[in-house]
Amino acid sequence: MTEIQMKNLRHSYYPNPKTEDDYALKSVDLTWEEGLAYALLGPSGSGKTTMLNILSGLLTASEGQVLFDGRDVTRLDARDRNIAQVFQFPVIYETMTVGENLAFPLKTRKVPAAQIKDRVGFIAEELGLTALLGRKARGLSAEQKQRISLGRGLVREDVAAILLDEPLTVIDPAEKMALRRTLKSVQLHLGVKLIYVTHDQHEAMTLADRVVVMDDGEVVQVGSPEELFENPAHKFVGYFIGTPGMNFVDCALDGSDLVVGNARFALNGAVQTLAGTSKPLSFGIRPDFLSLSEARPGRTIPGTVTRVENHGDEQIIAVDVGGAQMLARVEDHVRARAGENVHLNPDPQAMRVFAGQRVVDLPRNTFGDLT
Amino acid sequence: MADVTVNPKADATPPDSIALKQEGSAMLRARANRKPLVKMAILTLFFVFLLAPIYWLVVMSFKTDTEIVTKFTLWPQEFTLANYKTIFTTHSWWSSYINSALYVTLNTIISLAVALPAAYAFSRYRFLGDKHLFFWLLTNRMTPPAVFVLPYFQFYSAFGLIDTHIAVAIAHCVFNVPLAVWILEGFLKGVPKSIDETAYIDGYSFPRFFTTILVPLIRSGIGVTAFFCFMFSWVELILARTLTTSDAKPIVAVMTRVYSGAGIEWGLIAAAGVLTLVPGILVIWFVRNHIARGFAMGRV
Amino acid sequence: MSEINNRAWFLVLPVLVIVAFNAIIPMMTMVNYSVQDIFGPDNRYFVGLEWYKELLGDVELRNALRRQVTFSSLVLLIQVPLGILIALTLPQKGKSVAFCLIILGLPLLMPWNVVGVMWQIFARADIGLGGAAIAALGIDFNYSRDVLDAWFTIVVMDVWHWTSLIVLLAYSGLRAIDPAFYRAAQIDGASRWQVFRFVELPKLAGVLTIGIMLRLMDSLMIYSELVVLTGGGPGSSTSFLSQTLVKKAIGQFDLGPAASFSIIYFMIIVTLCFVFFRSITRAQEGE
Repeated sequence: MTEIQMKNLRHSYYPNPKTEDDYALKSVDLTWEEGLAYALLGPSGSGKTTMLNILSGLLTASEGQVLFDGRDVTRLDARDRNIAQVFQFPVIYETMTVGENLAFPLKTRKVPAAQIKDRVGFIAEELGLTALLGRKARGLSAEQKQRISLGRGLVREDVAAILLDEPLTVIDPAEKMALRRTLKSVQLHLGVKLIYVTHDQHEAMTLADRVVVMDDGEVVQVGSPEELFENPAHKFVGYFIGTPGMNFVDCALDGSDLVVGNARFALNGAVQTLAGTSKPLSFGIRPDFLSLSEARPGRTIPGTVTRVENHGDEQIIAVDVGGAQMLARVEDHVRARAGENVHLNPDPQAMRVFAGQRVVDLPRNTFGDLT
Repeated sequence: MADVTVNPKADATPPDSIALKQEGSAMLRARANRKPLVKMAILTLFFVFLLAPIYWLVVMSFKTDTEIVTKFTLWPQEFTLANYKTIFTTHSWWSSYINSALYVTLNTIISLAVALPAAYAFSRYRFLGDKHLFFWLLTNRMTPPAVFVLPYFQFYSAFGLIDTHIAVAIAHCVFNVPLAVWILEGFLKGVPKSIDETAYIDGYSFPRFFTTILVPLIRSGIGVTAFFCFMFSWVELILARTLTTSDAKPIVAVMTRVYSGAGIEWGLIAAAGVLTLVPGILVIWFVRNHIARGFAMGRV
Repeated sequence: MSEINNRAWFLVLPVLVIVAFNAIIPMMTMVNYSVQDIFGPDNRYFVGLEWYKELLGDVELRNALRRQVTFSSLVLLIQVPLGILIALTLPQKGKSVAFCLIILGLPLLMPWNVVGVMWQIFARADIGLGGAAIAALGIDFNYSRDVLDAWFTIVVMDVWHWTSLIVLLAYSGLRAIDPAFYRAAQIDGASRWQVFRFVELPKLAGVLTIGIMLRLMDSLMIYSELVVLTGGGPGSSTSFLSQTLVKKAIGQFDLGPAASFSIIYFMIIVTLCFVFFRSITRAQEGE
């Protein structure tokens, strides 16, 4: 296994990039640790594919370095850097059998036949392909073909990382779960580093140990799924992860209080930190950490219910808090009707303040005691 | 605050321009190690081979007959436009080009018009005898005109169609329609069936769906098919000659008259031959983008 | 995936009508003639399969068939690999693509008798560029006297005429291959040959089937070019099925044998194509 480092990586598709906007990838510093499953998450055009191609050696970055265990591979071709890739749609050798497909990357590397046989047998077992080894790859289902693609990466014992470029796109919904489980178990058994590109937060959250969130050519946050959910470092992470995403409401400082809509929150000594920034402030809270309660000045945000969506065992309530809307996720027994005046009660632990796009690092007890 | 409810799962946009650029460079990179010099050399050699006889034909068309048959000259010693002048001033010559163009156009239109619905049927449905029908259609592509001229002549005479453009246009359907069905079927298979279903749900009638949705979708395929129909009809000699006598006589037949005579007028034939290339070049030029795209769809 | 729908026949009907008009009725006429001995409109006798029996024992026809098979195999063996090779060297994009397409299209767009006329002069050692080039190498080249030279000329002519068709089809097939396949092969460490063998060739199978079938059919029917170029000679060394049968038919002044020749010829072509078609599709399925 290999540790992959990216240093000051920038990439532009233009020969002479002038402005920052000409860069598809803007200054990336990142270390991909050994044996972990990574997800590269972001919307289309956020630079994920560029990043992936730089990792695999399809693209050479305009600036910066890629290091594999300290070895500079920035300018090396795909075949010289021990990377395997699974594509969006199944890419297999149709005229070969499943076994021949799996053996192919070893054959081209002149591995002895006996060794190939053992390794192919082992990997086929891992992927649940043993029964299919003698079958032509052509007639198999998309899901089975994706397993073969994955297998062609796994058979190589020297493989530094397997890149998966939205590999579930063409898979039947019913089979997606099975393939996801296989991915997870293979990763645990073989300890191979998976880098999984997706724009689907659920895929990213369920598969990965670490999620790398990208937006507009930048890595905005790297962290475990829990971290991203609980402590988004960037507004984008806030609303991209979680359904519905994080609520953001403009807010302002007034003396030692933070004004959010029609509510005021006392800042326990964090005024200095917030006063220091010139960027517009916004208040952020996930719908999951809002509840309805009685009016408690200094603790709750008054507002009017505009919409109630019933989601079975829970409901999403949209509340107008004075020019802005907030969503709250509450249990189904909570009664609320459109037009009703309510008070939103945010969990003090989950309240965040953002300056511009970035979160402001505030002490844990800013909005209330830890009890 | 509208962005609060942005749902990333709905983000299934097709590849944007960046992704497209990446694919392009993927192809370049993957093929970079294919020794461009060797490739250039092979291609150049092949093009020289293709162009050499045509060069000779063009040069001949500007020579006098004496020069053609008595001397070996790489370019005309006595440059003359007389051959072209003869063609453009003789009614039987220039009208024969118009005749050819007429029946070729007619044939292309008929072939496409009848082949499109059939290709659609083959690509979408299975019906009684479809496989046999398909091979039977192909066998018609194998009808050798050289030995079938007699029944053709008799048959078209019976309908009083001899020496009309439509006769040749219909006769050429025997090899162009099967080909057109074959090519178009490939393109139509590439159109997802869900498009048909969506259109029907939206209340489109079959003819309206066909003409306003399906045809525009596969226009590159139609371009490629039209090119092949044009090509095979334009170059065919035997049927065209058999079914015409004077009014609809095509250029290919007029030329045979010249060289079967006593003294062969090589220069004239060469000039006529060069001129037969012109419509083809025009056709390729006008449909070049369609052809390139049609070929890119890989359904030919 | 496809539903059974016999209404689809309505969509196929126009094709049936137009092809039947052209193929079935003339074919029936031929079959009718072929079993008769016809001296005039009112003077005909039913002779059954007499003409067929006579023809199948005909040495000249058998020789022509042998030459035909040799010729067709030869041109296919040259054109298919050469066409694929050229398709691989064509540019992928840019302005030069249209230019290359036009040059490739030129031979295909030339009327077949013009092709014959052009090569008739071009291949002559005294006044033709091609023939003179060979003569300059010190070879006594004369396609109207020497059998080998004649064969060489017609094969080169056919290669000139038709390789472009294979190139265009193969090129379209290659363009349709998603770059991801090349990427995967590169990652797997495949050599250039392996990329061709395991990625490109399987993807070309479909278009190559069309290309090979078209070439097979047309090479079996070759007529106009040869009538002009060699006239079947020297002797009858380049006289293939079409020419032999036309010569026989004209020589007979009798519709009966002429018709039976035509039927037999047609059957030969259909049989050869069918066998070939089946073997290609079988090979693809069995891969």
